[in-house]
Amino acid sequence: MLTAQFLLLGAVLFCIGVYGVLARKNAVMVLMSIELILNSVNLNLLAFSVRNGSVDGNTFALYVIAIAAAEVGVGLAMVLLIYRNRRTIALDDLSEMKG
Amino acid sequence: MLAADLLVAQNIGFGIISLLMIVGALRVVTVSNVVHAALWLVVVLSGAAAQYLLLSAEFVAVTQVLVYVGAVMVLFLFGTMLTRARIGAEGDLNNKNWALGIPVALVMFGVMAWVIIDGFGDEKLIDNPGEMSQVPVQLISDDIFGPYLLPFWALSFVLLIAVIGAIVLARKD
Repeated sequence: MLTAQFLLLGAVLFCIGVYGVLARKNAVMVLMSIELILNSVNLNLLAFSVRNGSVDGNTFALYVIAIAAAEVGVGLAMVLLIYRNRRTIALDDLSEMKG
Repeated sequence: MLAADLLVAQNIGFGIISLLMIVGALRVVTVSNVVHAALWLVVVLSGAAAQYLLLSAEFVAVTQVLVYVGAVMVLFLFGTMLTRARIGAEGDLNNKNWALGIPVALVMFGVMAWVIIDGFGDEKLIDNPGEMSQVPVQLISDDIFGPYLLPFWALSFVLLIAVIGAIVLARKD
């Protein structure tokens, strides 16, 4: 197994996630794309953990998973709040701060 | 000989799982049904757990299945159901300028692939794949409760505040 194959898989997933964040209008879909990005980062952390023969990568990956869980919880609460106030979660319509 | 066989098996497994993950990820960002996207995301996250097993990180793989496939996915399905009355195909999930995302993602991937191949090329992940052993959970806990104790505390507070914040935000009053 090469180091580069895991890093390239992580790069592919990261770029697909970035495309999802840019292209999607639905707020829940944007949150899903962010999950893709976080997972690609975890893949890189674990690959480097094996490459360097150190456990630190596993620890960081666990921390990233915990942060992602907190982020999804707060993000979905915000989406619910926006939906309750506006009856839509289309991000294009949330232009309240536009001058 | 045994190590070489193991290497071939690992590479075939990696290829199949990564193909599944890439197809699933592409479906997540292109499919026009939010629930289907969530289910494709399950494919990607489970594939990531399998890759973690290939990387001999079994504790992280189990945590991935528990937290992502178990908890986060239920949250996503709840969010989908609470924000939309009907569960079906919706035409306009993409915004107006969605096509701009394609060149951005391609350029980004090009740069990253160039850097990765330039930096790591054909470097072996580990010299002798037969000796790749599972990471003992004890080592991870020594790491968490040793040098990385302060981030662990901070993380505990972040989780607590996230729970309180989610309740406060989503509460009807």
